[in-house]
Amino acid sequence: MAHKFFPKEEFLLKGHAACPGCGAALVLRHVLKALGARTILVIPASCSSVIAGPFPKSSYSVPVLHIAFAASAAAASGIVEALDKLGEKTFNVVVWAGDGGTADIGIQALSGAAERGHDIIYICYDNEAYMNTGIQKSGLTPYKAWTTTTPRGNPSFKKDMPGIMVSHRIPYVATISPAYPNDIVSKIRKAAKIRGLKYIHAHIPCPPGWRFDSSLTVRIARLAVLSGVWILYEYENGVFRLTGPSRKLVDKSKRKPIGEYLKLQGRFRHLSERDVEELQKLVDERWEAIRKDIMGENA
Amino acid sequence: MSKVKVPVARPVIGAAGKTGIWRVSRPVVDYSRCTLCGICWLYCPDSVVEISEDKKRVVIDYDYCKGCGICSVECPFNAIKMVREEVR
Repeated sequence: MAHKFFPKEEFLLKGHAACPGCGAALVLRHVLKALGARTILVIPASCSSVIAGPFPKSSYSVPVLHIAFAASAAAASGIVEALDKLGEKTFNVVVWAGDGGTADIGIQALSGAAERGHDIIYICYDNEAYMNTGIQKSGLTPYKAWTTTTPRGNPSFKKDMPGIMVSHRIPYVATISPAYPNDIVSKIRKAAKIRGLKYIHAHIPCPPGWRFDSSLTVRIARLAVLSGVWILYEYENGVFRLTGPSRKLVDKSKRKPIGEYLKLQGRFRHLSERDVEELQKLVDERWEAIRKDIMGENA
Repeated sequence: MSKVKVPVARPVIGAAGKTGIWRVSRPVVDYSRCTLCGICWLYCPDSVVEISEDKKRVVIDYDYCKGCGICSVECPFNAIKMVREEVR
C-alpha cells in the first residue's frame, strides 16, 4: 500500500555507489521524492559526493553542484540570488551536507546564510563521524562512541546542532529519521513552503561506520527514536512541537531502555554497564528538560 | 569556433556499474505470503524494488540490488528470505 501514497518517481537512480544498507541513500531518496524534479542539490565533500558515481555519470537525476567542504551554504546562497535575478521562483535549493560538513567545517557558511535568511533547505545527514574518509570523530559523534580516532570512546559530547540553528531564529528547524518516511515527506514539504533558511537534521545509521549488519539500518534508526536517543521534533517560528512517535515518549515508562539501541552496534561494544547507565541518564535529562519546556508553555 | 566543453555529469541508471555483483545474499520473495504492502519498496535504499500493479507482484532488480537485507528484516509478513549467492 505504501507505494500508492508516496511519490512514485525516483530521483536517486539505482546503481549508485552507496554501501549496501546506506541510511543516507534511503533518506535522500525520500527527500528528493518529496521535493520533486525542480530541485537543485548542493553537496559538499561527503559520502554523497561518492554516491553520485564516477564522472561522466551521475546517479542523481536532479542538478547537483559538488562544492568544497566549507562553502556549501555560501554556494547555495549564490544559487538563490542567481535564480532570483533570473526570475525563477519554482526551484528548491537544497544543501545536502554531512555532519562534518555541517557542524565542524561548514558551520560558518551555514551561520552566515541563516543570518542573511536565504531561501535554502539545509539538510544535515548525521552519520555521527567522518565515514567517507574512514570513521574519524566529528563534532556530532556521540559521547563514548568508538571511532578510529577515539579508540577508547569519544570523550566529548555531541553538539546540539538543531539547537544552534534554533538560536539563529530561523523559521523552521526539524529532525528526521529514515525509519519514518511519512514524517520525512511531511517535514520536507512543509519546509519547502516556508521562506527563509530551513534546517533539517537527519539521523543516519551507517553500517560500516557504526559496525552493524547492513540489514539493520532501519531497525536501529527506529530503536534510536523509540529509546529516546533521537528525538523527532520541529521548531516552527520558535514554537517547539514533538512529532511522530516521539510525542508519546515524554513519559519515561514508554521509552525503551537505551541498551537495546546500543547493543546492536559495534561502536558501543566496549561500554561497561556503568557507561550504559550514564548514557541512559543523559537521555533522561534531555527528556526532562523537554517535559518542563512543554509544561511551561501549556501553563 | 570550437565548442567549449563543460564537465557536466549526466544522470544514468547504473552510474557505479552493475552494483548487483556486490551482493552476498539475494532477497527472494515468497509470493504466497506477500500482501503487496509496499514496505520493502519504502525502505529500499537502492530503489530496486518495484511493485508491478498489473502483475500484482514484487519485482526486485537483481542487476542493481546490493543485497543489504533491509527488505527481509522490515517485511511484516516475513515474506522475503535472504539466500546466499552461489560462487559463479
